[in-house]
Amino acid sequence: MSIADVVVSSHNDQPSAKPITKLTAVTIRFAGDSGDGMQLAGMQFTDTSALLGNDVSTFPDYPSEIRAPVGTVAGVSGYQIQFSSNDVFTPGDDVDALVAMNPAALKVNIKSVRRGGMIIVNADAFTPIDLKKAGYAEDPLTDGSLEHFRLIQVPMDTLNNAAVAPAGLTGKHADLCKNFFALGLVYWIYGRSLEPTLAYLHRKFAKKNPAVALANEATLRAGYNYGETCELLDQQYAIDKAKLPPGEYRRITGNEAVALGLVAAAELAGKHLFYGSYPITPATDILHTLADLKQFQVTTFQAEDEICAIGATIGAAFGGAIAATGTSGPGLALKTEAMGLAVMTELPMVIVNVQRGGPSTGLPTKTEQSDLLQALYGRNGECPIPVIAAASPSDAFNAAIEAVHIAVRYMTPVLLLSDGYIANSSEPWLLPDLNKLEKITVNHPTTADAATFKPYRRNQENVRPWAIPGTPGLEHRIGGLEKQDVTGCVSYDAANHETMVRLRAQKVDGIKPVGMPFLWTGPRSGDAILVSWGGTHGSVKAATLELQHQGLQVSQCHLRYLHPLPRELRALLAGFRHVIVPELNSGQLRQVLKAVLQLDIKGINKVRGQPFSVSELVRGVRSVVKTSSDHEIPDESTPGTWVRPEPTQKISPACEA
Amino acid sequence: MTMTLPQSPAPLQPADFASDQEVKWCPGCGDYSILAQVRKILARQGVDKANTVFVSGIGCSSRFPYYMSTYGFHSIHGRAATIATGLKVSRPELNVWIVTGDGDALAIGGNHFLHLLRRNVDVKILMFNNRIYGLTKGQYSPTTLKGKKTKSSPVGSPDNPIRPISVAVGAEATFAARALAADVKHLESVLERAAQHKGTAFVEIYQNCVIFDDGGYNYLAEKSVKAERMAYLVHGQPIRFGHNNEKAIALRGLTPVVVNAADVPPESLLIHDEHAPDPSLAFLLSRLSHPDFPEPLGIFRDVTTPCYDDIVRDQITTAITERGPGQLSQLLRSGSTWKVA
Repeated sequence: MSIADVVVSSHNDQPSAKPITKLTAVTIRFAGDSGDGMQLAGMQFTDTSALLGNDVSTFPDYPSEIRAPVGTVAGVSGYQIQFSSNDVFTPGDDVDALVAMNPAALKVNIKSVRRGGMIIVNADAFTPIDLKKAGYAEDPLTDGSLEHFRLIQVPMDTLNNAAVAPAGLTGKHADLCKNFFALGLVYWIYGRSLEPTLAYLHRKFAKKNPAVALANEATLRAGYNYGETCELLDQQYAIDKAKLPPGEYRRITGNEAVALGLVAAAELAGKHLFYGSYPITPATDILHTLADLKQFQVTTFQAEDEICAIGATIGAAFGGAIAATGTSGPGLALKTEAMGLAVMTELPMVIVNVQRGGPSTGLPTKTEQSDLLQALYGRNGECPIPVIAAASPSDAFNAAIEAVHIAVRYMTPVLLLSDGYIANSSEPWLLPDLNKLEKITVNHPTTADAATFKPYRRNQENVRPWAIPGTPGLEHRIGGLEKQDVTGCVSYDAANHETMVRLRAQKVDGIKPVGMPFLWTGPRSGDAILVSWGGTHGSVKAATLELQHQGLQVSQCHLRYLHPLPRELRALLAGFRHVIVPELNSGQLRQVLKAVLQLDIKGINKVRGQPFSVSELVRGVRSVVKTSSDHEIPDESTPGTWVRPEPTQKISPACEA
Repeated sequence: MTMTLPQSPAPLQPADFASDQEVKWCPGCGDYSILAQVRKILARQGVDKANTVFVSGIGCSSRFPYYMSTYGFHSIHGRAATIATGLKVSRPELNVWIVTGDGDALAIGGNHFLHLLRRNVDVKILMFNNRIYGLTKGQYSPTTLKGKKTKSSPVGSPDNPIRPISVAVGAEATFAARALAADVKHLESVLERAAQHKGTAFVEIYQNCVIFDDGGYNYLAEKSVKAERMAYLVHGQPIRFGHNNEKAIALRGLTPVVVNAADVPPESLLIHDEHAPDPSLAFLLSRLSHPDFPEPLGIFRDVTTPCYDDIVRDQITTAITERGPGQLSQLLRSGSTWKVA
C-alpha cells in the first residue's frame, strides 16, 4: 500500500477541544542522542506534512561519530523541518519549536530557537548525571535560563514506557519507541494526521515484528493524546495547504536524486550504468542506492580506494558504459591524476563531488562549498573539465542527467557538484514525465567506418569518436601521453601539443548547456544581483524575496553551469549596481568571476559547516546596499562580508573529543 | 580450468598482432622477447584482436600496448589494474591483459595489485621484473636486491625487496607463475597457460635491463650456473635441478632443504602440485631464492575459484530474475508519493 492511498484528514478524527491558530510557516527541530531516532521522527513528520499539502524543506544535522558517548553534546543528532502554506526554499532559520530528548540536545540547539519559541523536553532525561554529561552546572529547566521560551516539560520516558508495556516491550526496546511518543505530541500541536505514520509502521513492522508495530502505534497515539490533555498546551496550530504545481510528488534527498538521475540517464542513453566508488561521507548514500538497483543493469563497484574507483570508471567508459564515480573533497583530491587521464583520453564519465567542510578530513558531516576551485582547476596541466552544480536536492536529478548528456555528447569527464546540505536534505519533488526527457544519443563508430576512422579525428564541435573494444577494424590505442592531432598516436611535437591543449579547451568552452545554465529570480536590473551557486539556491532565493519585500531592488542569478560559465553572464549582471556573491567558502566563485568578468564583486561568506540562514543573508546584502539610492562606489579593498553570528556559547578550553 | 578466448574469424600470424608503431625499447632489451612470445601465443590460440585489450601503467614495459594491433590503453602510473577491472566488469566478454613492471605493479600500484588478485578478476597480468626503474633512468625498485647500488642508492639499497610471487599468493592469486624473458620456449608455455586461466593470472617475468642493470640476472641465468640456480616446476613431479639434474628439494618439517635425489627415498622428495587448494606450497616455493636454493620457474599455482566479474554479472541476473527488469517510472515512485490536484 502506498501512502498516497491513505485518506488524509488534516486533523485526527475526534475534534480538539482546544482553540486552533492558523500559521503560514513553522520551523521545528527534533534533537536527541544519535541513537534516539530523531532522523526517523523528522522524516515521518516531513512525509506527513507533505501529504497534507504543505511545502516542506528539511535539514538533518548529525555528528560524524556513529555513537558518541550517550548523553554528550558530541552525540547530538538533529532534524529540522520548515513546513508552510507558501513556497518554502530553506529548512528555516529560527526554530519555532524544539524537541529536546535530553540535556545535551537542549544545550546544542537552544541557540537556534527563536525568543518565545516552544521547547518540549523529555523531563525524565534531566537527571543530575545527564546534566553533567551535557556540561550543565545548573538544571536549565529550573534555573530560569529558559524564561524567554515556552517550556513544555513532558516525562516522556515514563509515559512511553507505560504506553508500550501492553505490547510487551520493556527496557531498551521500550526506550527505542520514545521518538514516536515525541512525534505523536508534535503531530497534535500542529494538527497532523497520524494516518501516514501508522501506515508506515504497518508497512515496516506488521509482518516482521508485530510487537514493535503495536508498541510504536501505542506510543504515537499516547503522545498525541497527551497533547490533548496536557494543560500546558493550550492550543493547536494549523498550516494550510501550499499552492504547489499539480502532479505526483515524492520526498527526495540529493544523494537519492543523483543516483536516480544516473540510472535515468543510462536508460535515456540505452546503456548500462557503471558506478565505481569508495565509501566517503557524505557521498556514500549514492553508492548504497545504486547497489540496490541491480535489476536496472547497474554495476556498482566498491573499490579499494578513490583512485581505483575512478580508474575503474575510466575503464568502464572505454568499454562503452555510462560510467560515473562519486566522492567528497578528500576523495576528489585523490582522483586528480586520473581526471587528467580522462581529459587526455577524452572519455565520457561523471565525477560527483559531494562537498563537505575541508581542508583535509575537515568536517565530514557538515556542508561547505569550498571545492569549487579544486573542481575548476585542481589538476596538473591545462585540464579543462565542465562543472555543473545541483541547486537543490531534487535538482540533483536533472543535474545528473545533464552531466551524463554533456559527457557523452562532448566526450569529456564532467564534474557534478553537490554538497552535504543537498545530499542529506529533502524536499518534495514533482515527478518528471519520463516521456518528455530528452534521449541521450550515443554514437559508436562501427566496422563500416574503419576506412576513415581516426581515434582523434574531431567533429564540428571538436569531439572525437567513441570507438569501443569489440569493434573489428577500429582497434586503436589511447593513453595519457600527448596525442597527435587526428591520429591519436603519441606525439612530443611542440606545436602539436599547443594545438591539442587549445582543442581540448575549445571543446569544453563550446559546450552548449543541456539544461538551465542559471536560475533567475527578480527583475533584470536594480540595486544588487546575488550570484549564487550550488546548495545555497534556496536560502539566497528566500533572501532575495525578503529583500524585495523590504523594498530593495534585488535579484538572484543562480549558476548551475560553472564551467563553461553562461556566455551572457556579463550582460546579465550589467543592470545592477552591486554584484554580490554569497558562498559557503572564503570567496571562490567571487574570485573566478572577478578574474573572468573584471567586475567589482562583493562576497557574503560563511565557513561554519552550516547553510546560510535567510536573515544573515539579508543582513549581509543590506550592509552592501545601504539604501536603494546608494550610489557610493564600494571600496575595492573590502573583501566582502563575513557572516559571523553572535557567539552564544563560550568555547570550552578542553578538547571536545 | 581452461577457457574459451574470443576467437578470430580468420587464422592469424604473430605479425598480425603487430601495430604500425615502431618498437622503441633499447636494443637488446628483454621486452622484445616477451612481445614476440605474446604475439605468438595469441596467434596460435586464434584470439580475436577486436575483443582483446592490453592495459598498461607507466614504465618501459607499459609501452607494450602501442606495439600490439589490439585495443590498448596506456594509462597512468600504477593504475592499470583499476582500468582493467572496470573494463572487464562492464565488458566480461573481452580478453583483457595488463602489462606492468616491478615499480608500476608493486610500488605505486601495490594496493591495486593486491585487490585485483583477491577479487580474482578474469584478467592476465604480465609483470616485467627488471628490478630497476628504467624509464626514470636507474633508481632502485621494490624488487631491487638489498644493498644494490643505483643512482638513488649510491651506497646500496636499504630496502628489503618484495618477492612478487609471495605477495601474489598471499593476496589469493589463483594463478601465479614465473618465467625468464631469455628462455623463450619456457616463457611461451607459461604465457599460454596464463592465457587459458579463468581468473587473475599473474606472471612474473625476469627481464634484463641492458642499460641500468645489465646482467642483473646473470647470477641465475648464465649458462654455466643456470642448471644449479634455477629449477623448472613440473606439476606432479619432484623439484629437480643441478648440472646432472641430481638435486631435489625435500621438506624437514616445514623447512625446505636441498638433497641429492639419489641419497633419499623418492617419497621424501617435495612433489609440486599446481592445483593444491591450499596456497602454502606455492608460498613455500615462492620463498626459494639464491644462494640457498634454486629459484623456481614455471607455474606455482593454478586453481579455479569464481571470478569477480562473473559474480557481479550473476548478481545482476539474479536481481532481474527475482525483481523483474527495473522500471524507471516505478523507481521514481519508490517510497511514498502523493498527488497535488
